Amino acid sequence: MKAPSFAYAKPRSLAEAFELIERPGAKILAGGQSLIPSLNLRLSSPELLIDITGLEGLSEIGVQKGAVRIGALCTHAKLEKSDELRQHLPLLHEAVAHIAHPAIRNRGTLGGSLALADPNAELPACAVALDATLVLASGKGERRVRAGEFFKGLFETDLKANELLVAAEFPTADKSVFLELARRQGDYAIVGLAAVARGGAKRIALFGFGAKPVLIQPKSLEEAKSSLPAASADLYNTASTKQHLAKVLLDRAWNRLS
Amino acid sequence: MEPVVLITLTVNGAQVTRNVAPRQHLVDFLREELGLTGSHLGCEHGVCGACTLRVNGDIVRGCLMLAVQANGCRVDTIEGLSDSKELAKLQKAFHEKNALQCGFCTPGMLMAAQDLILLKKRVSREEIRSHISGNYCRCTGYQAIVDAIDEVING
Repeated sequence: MKAPSFAYAKPRSLAEAFELIERPGAKILAGGQSLIPSLNLRLSSPELLIDITGLEGLSEIGVQKGAVRIGALCTHAKLEKSDELRQHLPLLHEAVAHIAHPAIRNRGTLGGSLALADPNAELPACAVALDATLVLASGKGERRVRAGEFFKGLFETDLKANELLVAAEFPTADKSVFLELARRQGDYAIVGLAAVARGGAKRIALFGFGAKPVLIQPKSLEEAKSSLPAASADLYNTASTKQHLAKVLLDRAWNRLS
Repeated sequence: MEPVVLITLTVNGAQVTRNVAPRQHLVDFLREELGLTGSHLGCEHGVCGACTLRVNGDIVRGCLMLAVQANGCRVDTIEGLSDSKELAKLQKAFHEKNALQCGFCTPGMLMAAQDLILLKKRVSREEIRSHISGNYCRCTGYQAIVDAIDEVING
């Protein structure tokens, strides 16, 4: 199908973007790899698309002490090719290779994926597992929100209508494991997990499992499996299938984390 | 009234300036405004890969990019890469290995395969399959397509 009619603006500065964002029916367009399908399917009908890809300084990967700060406009392809990411944040580096296909990774962005909050997507789960901090900016300034509080529910986040997600800061980990089960390469996972160990503590975020990334912080494998909340079924997989597969992934991940 | 935006882009080496509606995606622009019908539209929501194009050197889903977003960009289509003979070896291999039947997916498949070839490294059949995983072919079962790409890359 074809997208409904809308106006288009491409701001040159954040200040200009914050002005445009106040207009009724305005929506942010970054890589567009989820938004444009939803327009083409007429699931979304904004009056104005604000294309933020012309904004400078929002696609850097910056290694800091104990953390990596990534600009919201950084594409999945750039993350995939980054040696710094491979070295300092292998979880994210492994995860992006599972996101769709090369042609989509060339345009899809980190910020877009986090702001959309698809419960089946890889990056929100990585953000929760790593205890990332998201940087949200508006005309009034910046605020910082931990990933665990940012994701509220199904496609629902703490992002206000006049705010823009500009960056995310991911603390590094001692060990990490990323696993997902999908029917075909590039499909959304039936269920997946992003797992992190720091010191003796483990943080495991499941995706494709609930309405938002599901975080567990178990002390043992038995506790991990028994502390799983109930899974949500999707169109193709029942809740009990997902529950079973999540346990399979926990089994596979556990020894690599310890 | 439908809003329009003036865009200038380079398509297959030639500069093009047009007024476009923001809602028009890049493949509709190429097909309907420029008559370049080699890029196909299968699903129009980013699943099938028949619309694969090259924008500023990177392959993209042409149906998931608006024409206005291509303002200032260099766009290469199957027509451009075919005329410049960049795809000659790959096209010959597809022909010889019978890597197409109806041909609907072929332009996108060639664009995705060429993207892998440009990495200029030896790759396994698994890696070839992974790279074309976003391009659906409903006729061949992929075996012959992988054969053709494998021959061009690995000889």
